[in-house]
Formats: sequence, structure tokens, C-alpha cells
Amino acid sequence: MKSWNLYKNHRLFTGTVFLGFVGLSTLIAVQPAARMQADNAPLPTAEALTPEQQAGLRVFIGEGCVACHTQQVRNIDMDQRWGTRPSLPADYAWHQRLDVWRATPSTLGSERTGPDLTEVAVRQPSDLWHLLHLYQPRSVVKESIMPAFPWLFQDSVAGTPAGLALHVPAGFREPGSHVIVPTRRAQQLVAYLLSLKQAPLPSGTPPTAFLALSPPKEAAPASRTPAGNAAPALDGAALYTTNCQPCHQANGEGLKGAFPPLKGSPVVNDKDATLMVNIVLQGYNPRPEYGVMPPFATKLSDAEIAAIISHERSTWGNAAAPITTDFVQKIRALVKPEPAL
Amino acid sequence: MKNSRFFPLYVAGWLGLLGWPTVGWTQATTPAPAEGPMLTQPVVLGMLGLLLVIVVGAMLVLVSRVAALVRSAQPPAADNEAGRFDATLTNLTPRQLAALVARQQAQAFHLSGQELGSAAPVRDALGVVQHVALEVHAPWFHEKRRTAPFADLDPRLTRLVAAYLLCAAFWLVLGTTVGWYVGVKFVRPDVDHVAALSFGRLRPVHTNMVFWGWSSLAMLGLGHFVVPRTNNVPLHSLRWGWWALGLINASVLLGSLCLLNGINNGGGEYREYIWPVMLLFALGVLLCFANFYQTVARRTTEEFYISNWYILGATVWGVVLTVIGYLPFYQNELGETITQGYYMHMGVGMWFMTFMLGLMYYFLPMSLNKPIYSYSLGVLAFWTQLLFYTMIGTHHYIFSPLPWWLQTVAIVFSVGMLIPVLAGTINFLMTFRGGRKRVGDSYSLPFLLMGVLFYFTGSLQGSLQALRYTNLVWHFTDFNVAHSHLTMYGIIAFMLWGCIYSLAPRLRGREPRQGLVGVHFWCALVGLLAYAMALMMGGTLKGQSWLALEPFLKSVVLMAPYWLWRALGGTLMLLAHFVFLYNLVDMLLLGKTAALAAAPIPTLVPHADEILESV
Repeated sequence: MKSWNLYKNHRLFTGTVFLGFVGLSTLIAVQPAARMQADNAPLPTAEALTPEQQAGLRVFIGEGCVACHTQQVRNIDMDQRWGTRPSLPADYAWHQRLDVWRATPSTLGSERTGPDLTEVAVRQPSDLWHLLHLYQPRSVVKESIMPAFPWLFQDSVAGTPAGLALHVPAGFREPGSHVIVPTRRAQQLVAYLLSLKQAPLPSGTPPTAFLALSPPKEAAPASRTPAGNAAPALDGAALYTTNCQPCHQANGEGLKGAFPPLKGSPVVNDKDATLMVNIVLQGYNPRPEYGVMPPFATKLSDAEIAAIISHERSTWGNAAAPITTDFVQKIRALVKPEPAL
Repeated sequence: MKNSRFFPLYVAGWLGLLGWPTVGWTQATTPAPAEGPMLTQPVVLGMLGLLLVIVVGAMLVLVSRVAALVRSAQPPAADNEAGRFDATLTNLTPRQLAALVARQQAQAFHLSGQELGSAAPVRDALGVVQHVALEVHAPWFHEKRRTAPFADLDPRLTRLVAAYLLCAAFWLVLGTTVGWYVGVKFVRPDVDHVAALSFGRLRPVHTNMVFWGWSSLAMLGLGHFVVPRTNNVPLHSLRWGWWALGLINASVLLGSLCLLNGINNGGGEYREYIWPVMLLFALGVLLCFANFYQTVARRTTEEFYISNWYILGATVWGVVLTVIGYLPFYQNELGETITQGYYMHMGVGMWFMTFMLGLMYYFLPMSLNKPIYSYSLGVLAFWTQLLFYTMIGTHHYIFSPLPWWLQTVAIVFSVGMLIPVLAGTINFLMTFRGGRKRVGDSYSLPFLLMGVLFYFTGSLQGSLQALRYTNLVWHFTDFNVAHSHLTMYGIIAFMLWGCIYSLAPRLRGREPRQGLVGVHFWCALVGLLAYAMALMMGGTLKGQSWLALEPFLKSVVLMAPYWLWRALGGTLMLLAHFVFLYNLVDMLLLGKTAALAAAPIPTLVPHADEILESV
């Protein structure tokens, strides 16, 4: 019964659905994917992952971090907080197959239960913070629901390299642990995390714009131009939560052995806020017992810095006078802007 | 329902009204601010046009009604109808006359009223009576109709199908226990600090186990029954069936062990199993395809039933998409991401959904004991499924660095999915039409009905979620988790349960306790709704918080109550699965099955044939 009717000739039917699907799949997936791969190269400013960071990427994939953390800055303005520009195909040009057994890591992600990690190295450059956070996220971010990864650390009673021991607050240690030391895998993972930042576009290339798609709001967020004097008062507490709280904590007390307190700090309460503004703008790393403070000059506007500092100077029992945007602007002018990251 | 032919128009109209404002986002990359009077805006004009459709439709109905009224008021044409009737009667052939006399006698037949009244033992030469209750208790619940077992089953095939279903149920219970535990971790992140039980490792264990272990095995098990049944020939090879079962079970087991030990293919959703493990799965599906294909080839009829198109299609596509998803040649850099979008949506659409629809085309008419409403709608749904579904993978990456044209194509075809979804839904609902009593009397049909409703809602939700505006609010939030459960659970699992509850009692002649089926149904349904509603509400708030540029941590804190509700809903769902496992074991393994073979049922078949031939 040779029939050319699809519904009577099962061979013809199966062939049709097979070729139809293969054809459409080639058109919509295989061919675009092959072209995407062939037509892409890293930015000249981008740095390839070191072997250490590569190893960290494997830990990242094996522990399933991509289930909650995206690595894509979408070209819409609500994603501006995650990077200075929308992600480009070139940003992913170093993504290669891991080995014979494992495929190319799928880092773009589909859920943002935790923050996007595209620029986590810029947002949080302190390896000490990352280690503490991996050991027990709630020791640094009280509200976090991220899993703790104590198996990336070991409890070393004797023969510990002293410099590596973590100062974990007492309530957050694994029961029975003594001296908590990161394993090699934890160090690799942190090395990978600290490699995550957007490479700057080659000089002269105008940055890609974000699409302004968010519904209009009554009070627009502060413009990034330093001259935003007339802008409405910013919420210093909210800005503090986003930018400072991961280290200095909601109660301003920091973490012993990791991040210094702002509560009662002589620098914060100083009548002259010059030093404080300077630290916020340029970062701070002179004390080995504490984590690194990242510079915020390129991340925050003068108005935002003024709002944050004023908030810090008037909370947790601190009682110094608020500062103005003009003051920050003046100090920023004194501090020669360093070349962008 | 006289207006039923307007039903598609109605649905389309209302959907258009709902969907139109969002469609606007798909048109422009940077929407221009509204300028000029409102009436010149294309969106507003479109809205008015849609309203006009309704008004014009109503006018048409009105005009046709008035015309009919006018016509009926006129005296009927003086047609010689009585004369023609006479001529028909006098010219009857003896055959027709005999048929008419027989019909007359049948109509005149009355029951004496004593048939069931005596205490004498019930004698039932035809095998029609399925249940005799001598002591009647006032039931707590409405008693469901009994299921008559199939009389002509090959016990070896029954064993194979039962093995598939039992393995599937085992993976369901284990996989959703893992899922439930993962859900609990959103509420209590420090519940354990064991590496193998951490969230990142368990999440893919859960998703892959319920995908490849539960849903796939259950579908394939039912497929091993449906394909020989609808082609009226024995299965090509029972041995291949057992091999496929072993391969897929091995794949799920090994894959889960790998994931627990931190061996993950690359983090891409649903392809976390490394390729040697997934190869086992693909081989299993390939073996099933070959088996089904050879069975179809053995048929003696010219055509093959629509279920077989879907099942053959799904098995072919399942193998192809696994191969495309795992071949390395185009998968570096963002090539991986394009393939990931394609793979994860084709896994859902071309494998699960297609196979499931094939099963529905058999089990829904079978359970309702009536043919499917429209074969043509099934044809339309099948080919549009192939054409539209294949193209929509990139809608998981709207606003991402993937090519803008690819995103737009995905959005356009996601909206095109309205066609197969509406065709399927209308086909199923119209098959249900007039069967309300049957749904109430059955313990399997409520599952199928809810499955159809979730098919409509879940699929259209997916289409709307592909649009750019909805991505702005909901992408990356828990809304997507709710969507995937409304579909993979609401559609696939509910339909599977409906099919299993209508097949399993027919395999061994043992029915589940209907109270326990009720517990299963309501726990699963209420649990799913609590789960999905909580995550949709929380997801919306989360998206709004992000849009308002509030601190990220706020969006974590605000989810706490919704995550708790999700865990509670998940607990109900898990409870339902334990009850289901018990019911399945009860139907397939417990009780006396041997006695059934001796029942008088086999005599039914020749009797029925004789009667049919004599008429």
C-alpha cells in the first residue's frame, strides 16, 4: 500500500516530521548558534580567565550557582544596577567547552533569586567578604537565603597557615569547628568571582544605551551627572542597604575581624567629613586585618554619596551634621579621577 | 448550545482584548511617548476594532434571528410531503421492512420491574453487570462509576506497562520529595549543611528526575499500551520495551548521583546530566520510537490513528532535540545560550506536550466513550505545533545579548502558539460536551478535565510571558517557577494521572479506593494552586520592586511569606503523590488478579458480534 497520503503512509509521515523538525531546528537554533560562535571575539580590553579562575568556574557550575545567579545585564534601564552597560556577545567570547565530559557553562541564567554577578568583582572586591559569605552567607547578610558552603572550608586545628583563617562570628560557626580555613576550591571560586567585571569598551566607542522601558516614576533616580543639586532628596537608607550594608551591616557595627564599624567611628563622626568622603570615593585598604573597601567614585553620584554619608552620620547613635552634594563635588574635584576600571 | 459555533470567535475576541495592550511592546524597540489625541494611537484603534468585532457579530446574530422569526411567521409551502412519505412506505424493501419491525419491537419493550428485585444470584451472560451491591450504605461521597477491565490483554504487555508506571511513580515520589525539600530551603536555608543536599545540587536533581524519570517514563509506559491498541496489533517487541525502561531508569539514577556529587554538564536547565548519562536516555527513547514505528507498520488498516502521529512525532523530536542539545560543534560562547533556549523549550513542547497530546487523543475519547470532537482540529494542532513551537526557544532570553531578530521571532511564534493551543483546547472541551454526568461519575475524567483547563491557561500564560512588557516585570522572578509548575504539573502530571486512572483498573481489573483518588485529586489541585498563586503574586511584587530600583535585598525579604505558602502548597502536592503511589500499587500489584481471567467476560465479544451482524 504505497500511498502518498501522509496519514496512510507511516514512512512518509515519519520522514516528514523528522526532516521538518531538523530543518526548522537548524534554521532557528543550530545555524544562528554556529554563526554566533563564529562571529564573535573578546573585547581587546578583556582579560582571559587564569587557570585558577577557570577552576573556580568549574566549582561555580558544579555547585549549581547558576540556578539563582544570572550573568547578563539586559539592555533595559532596570538592569543598570548590575553593570555600566548592557552585556554584549563579546563579553561571553571566552566561554568554551569545559572538557570532554562537560559542556560550555551556561552562565546567563534564568532566575535572579540572588543578585546578578556580571560586575560582582566591582561591587564587592574583597576576597575576605566573599569567603565569609560563602562559609555562611547570613554572617554578613542577615536576610540572605543563599546556601552556606562549609564543605569548601576545613577546620584546621594544627598547622594552619595563619593568614588564611577566617574570623567567623561565633554564632555562625559550624558546631565544633576551631580554625576555619578555606580549601583550595573555595579560593578558586573566589578567584573566579573576583574576575567578574565588565571589560570597558575600546576608547572612542560610545557605550550602548539602556532602553528606557520602565514605567515613568514620579521621582526619577538621581542623575549620574554630578550637578544634580536640585534633585529631590535621595533615600540614604536605601542606598546604604544596596551599597554598604553587605559589609558594614544593618546595625552599622560591621563584623569583628572583617569589616570595621561605622557606629561610633571617629572618622564617621568627625565634624570635618573630608576624610570620610575621600574614603568613599577612593576606597580604603591600609589595614590588613580588615577587608578591602572598594572605591565608589565611578559607581555613585555626588548626591548619592552625600545621601549615604548623611545617613551614616545620623544613625546608630552617630550625631554628626549631614553633608551636602556640593561638598562631595568639591572633594571629587580635588581627587583626580582615576582612569575608569 | 446553539451558539457554540461562535465560541472560537468569542474566545479570540476576549483574548485579543486581554493581550492587545501588551502586544504593543513587541512592535517597537523604543516605544515612542504617546503623542496626539488618544484616538490616533494604533493600540486604541486596535482595541476599538476588536470591540467592533463583537458588536458586528452580535448584530449578525440578531439579524439572523429576526430573519428566522420572519420566515417562521409565513405559512409553510404547500409541499406534497405526505405524498412523498407514503411513497417511501409502500416502496420499502423486505430488508428495510424487517429493520423497521425490529425497531418497533425494541421500542415497545419494557422492563418488568422485577429484574433486580429478587434475592436470586445475579446471572449475567453478557458480562454487562460490573458491580453488585447487596448491602447498601449511605455513602459519604457520590459513588463513582466502575471501570470494566479490558478482556483481551496480553498479560506480558500488561506487565511491561505496569512496570513503566510503577517506576514512574517511584521517581515522582522521590523527585518531588527532593523538590519539596528544595522549596523548604527557601524558608529555612540552614536546615542542613551537607554538600550533596545543598540547593544548587538538589534543584537539578528534582527537575531532571520529574522530567525524565516521572513524566517521560509514565508517558512511554502509556504509549506502549496506546500504540498497539490503536493499531490493533501486538507490540512489535516487548524486549525492546524492557530495554528502554532499563536505559531510562539507569540514566535518571546515574544522572542524579552525578549531580549530587557536583558533576554538572554546564548548568543549562534540563541538560545538567553529562552526555554519557543523557545518551542512555536518548537510546531509550530511540528504542521506544523504533518499537512504536514497527508496531504502526504492522497495522492492517490503511490509516493510523491521530495518537500515533503525536507519539511518533514526539519520540522522533525527543531524540533529535537531545542530539542537538548535546552536540558540541556550535555551542561555545553564546552559541551555547541559543541552543539552551531552544533545548529547554523544545524539551517541554516537542517532547512532553506532544507526547501527552497523543495520549489525550486516545484516553479522553476512551474514558468518555465517544469519539474525539474533530479530527481536523487535531491535524491543525499537530502541524502548527511543529511549525510554531520549534521557533520559540529564545523567548527565555528577551533583552539578552542574543540577536534582537531571534528574540522577535520567538515572541511572534509564541503568540502563534495560540493556534495549536486553542485548536487542542476546543477539541478536548467539545469532546467533553454533554458528558458532564460522566465527569461527575468518573474518578479519571476530573484529572483530564483539569489537565485541559491547565493546558489552556498554562500555555496562553506562556505566550503572554514571551512579550517584552511581561518580561520587564516577570523575567528572572519566581513567576517563571509558577509557570513551569502550572504547565509541567498542571498539564502533564494531571493528564498523566487521568490516563493512568483510566488505564490501570482496566489492566488488572482492580480499582483504587475512590476516597483515596479524591484525596489525591484535591491535594494535588489545591496544593498546585496555592503553590502557583503564591509565586505569581510574590513574583509580581519582586518584579515591581526591581522596576522601582529598590535595594535588591528588599526583593528577597518580601518573598518570605510567598515562599512559605509555596512550601505549604508543595507539602499538599507531595502528600498527593504518596497517595497516588499507594493507589497505583493497589491497582497493579495488590489483590486477586487471576480470578478475573475466569470471569464470563470473554463471551461478551462473540455475542456482541453476532448481535451487530444480525441488525
